[in-house]
Amino acid sequence: MKISGAKIVVEALIEQGCDTIFCYPGGQVIDLFDELYTARDRIKQILSAHEQGAAHAADGYARATGKVGVVIATSGPGATNLVTGIATAALDSVPMVAITGNVPCELIGRDSFQEVDIVGVTMPITKHNFIVKDISELADTLRTAFKIAKSGRPGPVLVDIPKDVQTALFEFEANPQPVIPYPITFASEEKLKKAAEMINNAERPYIYFGGGVISGKASAQIIALAERIDAPMGCSLMGLSAVPCDHPKFLGMQGMHGHYASSIAEDEADLVIALGARFSDRATGNKSRYAKHFSIIHIDIDGAELHKNINADLAIKGDIRDAAERLIAMTEEKKRPRWTQRIEELKNEEAARTASARKTKSGFLHPYDIVDIVSAHAGDDTIIATDVGQHQMWTAQRYPLKKPRTFLTSGGLGTMGYGLGAAIGACAAAGRRAVLFTGDGSFGMNLNELATAVSQQTPVTIVIMNNGVLGMVRQWQTLFFDKHYSCTTLNRKTDFVKLAEAFGAEGGRAATKEELEKLAERAFACDGPFVIDCAVDCDEFVLPMLPPEGSVDDIITEIK
Amino acid sequence: MDQYVIGVIVANVSGVLSRVSGMFTRRGFNIDSLTVGETESSGFSRITIAFHGDEDIKERILQQLQKLHDVREVEVLDSKDTVIRELLLIKVRNKTEIRQDIMTAVEIFRSKIVDYSPTALVCELTGETSKIDAFIQLLKPYGIMEMCRTGIVAIERGENCLKTVK
Repeated sequence: MKISGAKIVVEALIEQGCDTIFCYPGGQVIDLFDELYTARDRIKQILSAHEQGAAHAADGYARATGKVGVVIATSGPGATNLVTGIATAALDSVPMVAITGNVPCELIGRDSFQEVDIVGVTMPITKHNFIVKDISELADTLRTAFKIAKSGRPGPVLVDIPKDVQTALFEFEANPQPVIPYPITFASEEKLKKAAEMINNAERPYIYFGGGVISGKASAQIIALAERIDAPMGCSLMGLSAVPCDHPKFLGMQGMHGHYASSIAEDEADLVIALGARFSDRATGNKSRYAKHFSIIHIDIDGAELHKNINADLAIKGDIRDAAERLIAMTEEKKRPRWTQRIEELKNEEAARTASARKTKSGFLHPYDIVDIVSAHAGDDTIIATDVGQHQMWTAQRYPLKKPRTFLTSGGLGTMGYGLGAAIGACAAAGRRAVLFTGDGSFGMNLNELATAVSQQTPVTIVIMNNGVLGMVRQWQTLFFDKHYSCTTLNRKTDFVKLAEAFGAEGGRAATKEELEKLAERAFACDGPFVIDCAVDCDEFVLPMLPPEGSVDDIITEIK
Repeated sequence: MDQYVIGVIVANVSGVLSRVSGMFTRRGFNIDSLTVGETESSGFSRITIAFHGDEDIKERILQQLQKLHDVREVEVLDSKDTVIRELLLIKVRNKTEIRQDIMTAVEIFRSKIVDYSPTALVCELTGETSKIDAFIQLLKPYGIMEMCRTGIVAIERGENCLKTVK
């Protein structure tokens, strides 16, 4: 039977296992939305306040579940509003399919109303993208889009569908067979043997892992490997949640605002085993001063990451879970008492430094206290989302994450305003509670999604670390720009509690631990969004700090 | 810095050239020459790209190209075992006092006069980049009115082929 292109889209989405979409309608997708209306019992449809929020929600859905997130927007401004969300997903390897409408084929290229070349615009920020001008290719293009999004190193794919393709009729053959994903690349035996030999011969091995461990479902393997070879582990921001934070071998995030113990341990290691990580400048500091004393084994599913940012001594392309599993079998079980003792020393040193650095002015909450009090109310399954800036780093450093896919943060692109949309998407997917740690700067970027959280009754606790400044930039200005606080002092009079109420949410303000304690209790009992406005001192710093282009020798652990 | 010539087989779909050239722009690699044309199979095009770089840059370019969905095959063509050609069309003034010099150059370089008018001559020359460069240098003093060159195409000698994936 012939059905419309719009219906083909809906059928193909269902066939691909899509149960939820995040969307914003418009003129060039009105036919598609008409079909979605008919299919409203089969696909949950979440209307955002702005397309960017919908894109972040699809991203949050994908990060929380591992499934492909789907976002639908109209042509022109609807499509361009997705751009930041798509780029965020691209930089953090998040599987996403973005569907946009476009003007009818005949009007393309004539600067028609709400026309934009979104395929051209998103070419550098998608894994691949398509414009479907022939309805006979529509179903298979959508299938391929899902296949590309989730295979190998995941990423976003955009499919642009002109209006006349949505209204045209074509035969749709349901494909009950799931699309066979692209074959997985497995690490070569020879190279793994070499890796095992390097590990066996190392005295002070250190495991540095990234987000690839989460998308590669390799958490258990990484832990088993670390235990077998008796190596400490540190990770990039994207790696957080892959390994329970209280695992004795885990030292936390390394790098620019990483834990002291992990950054120093990596520097003192004689072998770094990098798994599903890409040696971002935020994780390594100055490349020319990095890896002076250690060899590197780099294993990644994406061959283009090998030798891109750092020249590894041994670079292996392959599935991370399989590689780790085989390495466990190939390596000798070791006990390294001296190295372990040194790690314990570093942990103790870090604990002492952290304690001594905590001097909070009265009337303000220390960020770590905020994280501690909120986390005491949350469960291991609670989704933790962040925006970008100081609060993000404090959360990354402090939050006791326990399970993979519970931490949603924009690592690669560093998108302020990411978190609320992501939390809404994750809650929609997982039916779980979420906490958003944000700052007054970041929250200001996309707080319109509070409207979505209210309409969806999203159980999200929004914790604003409100310091009245754009804290991360201000921190740099304090340290490196003679305290020239250029455009970082907000001087806003936003009342976040009233704002929450205006949106139909609840909220409260906390300047003491007791106040926060009470509010957290209320927030976690609330079925919908709850905003907690926490007073934080504007001169609270994120420490330690490995200055930009610096190395571990330059770590700042205290501001005098 | 060495010059590398790579052959790339791509799906013959719209936007593929933007994807390939866009990768170079986005990642900061420089292209010396890029040509694209049909292949023996209608579904595929062949792009020949020349660039300067070290071994690291070459590897990164190959890896990034292989990641593109429309790219089916990428290979560095070893200059010793590859026929590399470029085509030049060059227009110079047709003046009595220089005509003989130009004719001599055309003959020595095995170029051809493909258009002859009272005021201008168009010469065609095929060859490796160095030969083309030398010919242009030779004609420069006589006044080049305009010129265009195709950029290089390259094919391996012997049985080696850049296979298209069916």
